[in-house]
Amino acid sequence: MAQTITQKILAQHSGRARVTPGENIWIDVDILMTHDVCGPPTIGIFKREFGESAKVWDKDKLVILPDHYIFTEDPHARRNIEILREFAKEHDLPHYFDVGTSRYKGVCHIALAEEGFNRPGNVLFGTDSHTCTSGAFGLFSTGVGNTDAALIMGTGKIWVKVPETMRFVFEGDLPPYLMAKDLILSVIGDIGFEGGTYKTLEFDGKAVFDLSMEERMTLTNMAIEAGGKNGIIAPDEKTFEYVRARTDHGFDPVYGDAGATFFSERVYDVSKMEPVVAKPHRPDNLANVSEVAGTKLDRAYIGSCTGGKIEDFMAAASILEGNEVRIDTFVVPASSEVTRQLRERTMNGKTIWQVFLDAGCKMGHASCGACLGGPVDTFGRTHGTEVVISTTNRNFPGRMGSKQAAVYLASPLTVAASAIHGTITDPREVLV
Amino acid sequence: MKDIITGKAYVVGDSIDTDQIIPAIHLVYSMTVPEERQFYGRYALCGLPDGQQGIPEGNVPFTAPDKYKSDFTFVIAGTNFGCGSSREHAPFALQEAGSEVVIAESYARIFYRNAVDGGFVIPFETRVRLIDQIKTGDELTLDTKTGILINVTSGIEFLLDPLGDVAEILKCGNVFEYARRAGLMA
Repeated sequence: MAQTITQKILAQHSGRARVTPGENIWIDVDILMTHDVCGPPTIGIFKREFGESAKVWDKDKLVILPDHYIFTEDPHARRNIEILREFAKEHDLPHYFDVGTSRYKGVCHIALAEEGFNRPGNVLFGTDSHTCTSGAFGLFSTGVGNTDAALIMGTGKIWVKVPETMRFVFEGDLPPYLMAKDLILSVIGDIGFEGGTYKTLEFDGKAVFDLSMEERMTLTNMAIEAGGKNGIIAPDEKTFEYVRARTDHGFDPVYGDAGATFFSERVYDVSKMEPVVAKPHRPDNLANVSEVAGTKLDRAYIGSCTGGKIEDFMAAASILEGNEVRIDTFVVPASSEVTRQLRERTMNGKTIWQVFLDAGCKMGHASCGACLGGPVDTFGRTHGTEVVISTTNRNFPGRMGSKQAAVYLASPLTVAASAIHGTITDPREVLV
Repeated sequence: MKDIITGKAYVVGDSIDTDQIIPAIHLVYSMTVPEERQFYGRYALCGLPDGQQGIPEGNVPFTAPDKYKSDFTFVIAGTNFGCGSSREHAPFALQEAGSEVVIAESYARIFYRNAVDGGFVIPFETRVRLIDQIKTGDELTLDTKTGILINVTSGIEFLLDPLGDVAEILKCGNVFEYARRAGLMA
């Protein structure tokens, strides 16, 4: 029987020719990722279950990327990074990217891509719900808790229920005022934020393969915001080129079979889609920007794994260049590599970093920043009743700090256009 | 897994995400050091917005200020309980507060998995909208073998869905014991 790409990857990793949705199977894991929030408790459980002196199953397959609570004076947060540092030293881990060194990367999902850990056909687990981001590279990736991560750390194995696949086909040419964020927010609004629970969200169609790898990552990143188990895009030449430029590690691409069965299929013509936002306090609270245009804002935020990549900033800069923001606008690069590029790439003779500074933005250090609130001294965190427009991926009550704050999610283009007006603004009004 | 669980109900609405179950600012505490882990009990469900803390009244804190343990053994929720972040601190915080069972119409996948694999709380499902029929503070009795839930306060009885595939892991206590029995670890 024909299988989807997700079924085929899971089958290969369970030593079987085929698997059926609904089955529970044990699979082998290629990469396990953890960070400073969930790494320390994972290490605690690993030691409890496997012994104080136990070895990790394969140290070349464990990637530790501190990224959440980095630029803070919080003593517990700093202690947690010390736990990671000690563990990496104790196990002589090759893929620990320490804070305060030139190896520090920033947001784990972006760093996994930049460092060549996202390899087509692989199985990747991480202690973060947005681990589904890696699926943009044609691999199975999903988020787990500390317990499951500790089990993987000790055995290299984990049980999964084989998911059914919901297929989303994007046809047509993407207009210059739309970004991947508009597409995925539309999907989440259409199916609801539990519409994809336990399912694979597979993205297909010309408009998807026209996207860069970074934009594809925005699609898969937010599969979890519809409840999805994983997001996935079949690999193509762009994928191979990106991966080969970053690792010498081999990989075997996997593709879905013709005639595979899908739980559902939706087709979108991107040329007819609109810039959208998710209104407070749910990622599926969808509205066209035109429906909420003029809503007064206190703050704009550009950053995170979904909206803090170099292309997100290039898009925002194309609107901010030569303009000034009217509201507090926080810029947080996802990774040190993004920061480096912001300082290297230019627009009209200025670095992109300078474009943001000249527009009046506040510039932060590469990390998860205020996307998830965090310690009280986190850059850009909300503390009151702020109305925020943000390129991040969640807007539940309290997500960016204060539970009285209200967060609108939107594309970097829409956020930048809104920042210069101080009200929610359709990017078509300012794009020339 | 206990056969019979009795205690008070704490009722919340739909789509309670993990930031409401345990806000990100509190995730810095150690989950192993006893003096720190007790803060997870103190701050469990403190992210619920005003008016939604223990419905229908909406102003009942899950854990009283300055306490580390909650009076509520059961969390009764609507749909999509535990959506959002993958933080295992969420089911852990409910357990640390002293809760034993969550009963929801549906769960977000990772919360459900964490609750089961870590053995923190038993996540029962039901097709009945219990949040309209149970009030915060009601006394409940649950037979985990039959799935019969009795609201002692109102006298109404409900039948919960079978635990299904995950019952085996819950019986083992956590996924490690389950993996040991499957021969995957010593």
